[in-house]
Amino acid sequence: MSIDTDTAARIATLARIKVEEDALPELAQEFNTILGFIEQLGEVDVEGVEPMTSVTPMRLRRREDVVTEGGQQDKVLSNAPDAREGFFAVPKVVE
Amino acid sequence: MTDLNAFTLADARDRLRAGDITSVELTEACLNALEGAGALNAFVHKTPEKALSQAKAADARIAEGDAPAMCGLPVGIKDLFCTMGVPSQAGSAILNGFRPEYESTVTQKLFDAGAVMLGKLNMDEFAMGSSNETSVYGKVVNPWRRADDTAELTPGGSSGGSAAAVAADLCLAATGTDTGGSIRQPAAFTGTVGIKPTYGRCSRWGIVAFASSLDQAGPMTKTVRDAAIMLEVMCGYDPKDSTSADIPVPDFEAMLTGDIRGKTIGIPREYRMEGMPEEIETLWSEGRRMLEEAGAKIVDISLPHTKYALPAYYVIAPAEASSNLARYDGVRYGHRATLAQGDGITEMYEKTRAEGFGPEVQRRVMVGTYVLSAGFYDAYYNRARKVRTLIKRDFDDVFAQGVDAILTPATPSAAFGLGEMNDADPVKMYLNDVFTVTVNLAGLPGITVPAGQDSQGLPLGLQLIGRPWEEGDLLNCAHALEAAAGFVAKPEKWW
Repeated sequence: MSIDTDTAARIATLARIKVEEDALPELAQEFNTILGFIEQLGEVDVEGVEPMTSVTPMRLRRREDVVTEGGQQDKVLSNAPDAREGFFAVPKVVE
Repeated sequence: MTDLNAFTLADARDRLRAGDITSVELTEACLNALEGAGALNAFVHKTPEKALSQAKAADARIAEGDAPAMCGLPVGIKDLFCTMGVPSQAGSAILNGFRPEYESTVTQKLFDAGAVMLGKLNMDEFAMGSSNETSVYGKVVNPWRRADDTAELTPGGSSGGSAAAVAADLCLAATGTDTGGSIRQPAAFTGTVGIKPTYGRCSRWGIVAFASSLDQAGPMTKTVRDAAIMLEVMCGYDPKDSTSADIPVPDFEAMLTGDIRGKTIGIPREYRMEGMPEEIETLWSEGRRMLEEAGAKIVDISLPHTKYALPAYYVIAPAEASSNLARYDGVRYGHRATLAQGDGITEMYEKTRAEGFGPEVQRRVMVGTYVLSAGFYDAYYNRARKVRTLIKRDFDDVFAQGVDAILTPATPSAAFGLGEMNDADPVKMYLNDVFTVTVNLAGLPGITVPAGQDSQGLPLGLQLIGRPWEEGDLLNCAHALEAAAGFVAKPEKWW
């Protein structure tokens, strides 16, 4: 299938990446090249094959549901572009 | 006497323990070398003060007779590893100014073993690239040049800074990471050794995530012995990584006997690609002959789904990347875009990510978003995961037939010119990983060893693929290949 500029714009929105209107045709073209390459997977007979979830057979380990490294608010916030009064600050979300 | 920075890890270790040299001398030699190597653009954040203080501490340990495996040995760290208080940007503008408050497990293990960190090494942005041209710090230049011209060549990617730094003797060894070939391809382009261990061997904790089911860390070194020394330190169970394997790490160096008599080496027919340069073909046959002369039994094998590895990878890796990179939203760390009047949180996300991610990262995040989106998840993502199961089954089958290791070319060509692929479509660049990517999809260990030079004098590598968790055996095979190939060439210093 072929990706048009509307689809390219929708993908950019889903990915939360701003793409200027005039860049959309080229982006759509690149998607088509990459997806065209991926299309080969359609040739493979995958009937009855399980999709891989883990490359080595392993069960994820469980641990006690307890705090391991807590109480580090300053460190958690130290790299934030905008942190105020012990919180991450963002533009207004609700009116 | 050889310049101190040109030592291998093994030689430097032995000299340090014998008291012939000090770690401070060794570290200063490396710092001088990297100061004079700006033209390579390999080191992007230098940490001389940390290095010298670690070197002094290492000298004190050695004097007390307490010298662990990497004590006093200066190394470079790929920018993908979070290092406490030291910029760790994954080669991206979106992590501008980020200084982690924690240390990655792998770097912590290296420091615990006495290693000295010289600084952070350049790489493709978020490890997405095969030429080191997508980095926010600018391209890395390969210390190697063609015999007849001075054109700048790529060191490969994504661990291109690591490869260039090791090849140019700016450090004794470096860390790399490998999601589709990012250790092995640059090692092949620079005449160095690179090993990606079995998935689960090295903890991924504190390594900036690209594609979590494929990412593995590994060492990039001057020799196979050095790879064994450093890999052992980097490996081991870590409760902070849920996919870390809780199995013992053997003494890899002790397993380097060089004796591979009776081992069975498979030559996969599907790796003979159409249009493969004759020099690569010849090198591969030479490798086959060398292993045979060393006493191995050579068998032709088939890995029928090889052809589908790259397309499967270019679904799975972007899908995982789109999920992993969702965390770069301008809230918790790194870059946040300047907002216009009336911009809300969605505009903040969209502008921040448009400004912070380079074109290749944006492309892969969006491809990943698409293949995971409603209506396409089954057709692309699930199908790719089924193909991945078949690719792994191909390897399981040949190992069950008694194959101990598989010999393949490392790359489809020698290092190409920087900028040469600018006009090519993205898929052309992806083809660089054609021989390496299967190994990540199957979670296997793979190593590249310099095995020859092309007609222009550029290094060429061969790859050996091993059974899961059998890095020791694999390193031993590589050691035999290295000895037979006798690759000793070094790039002529021009930088």
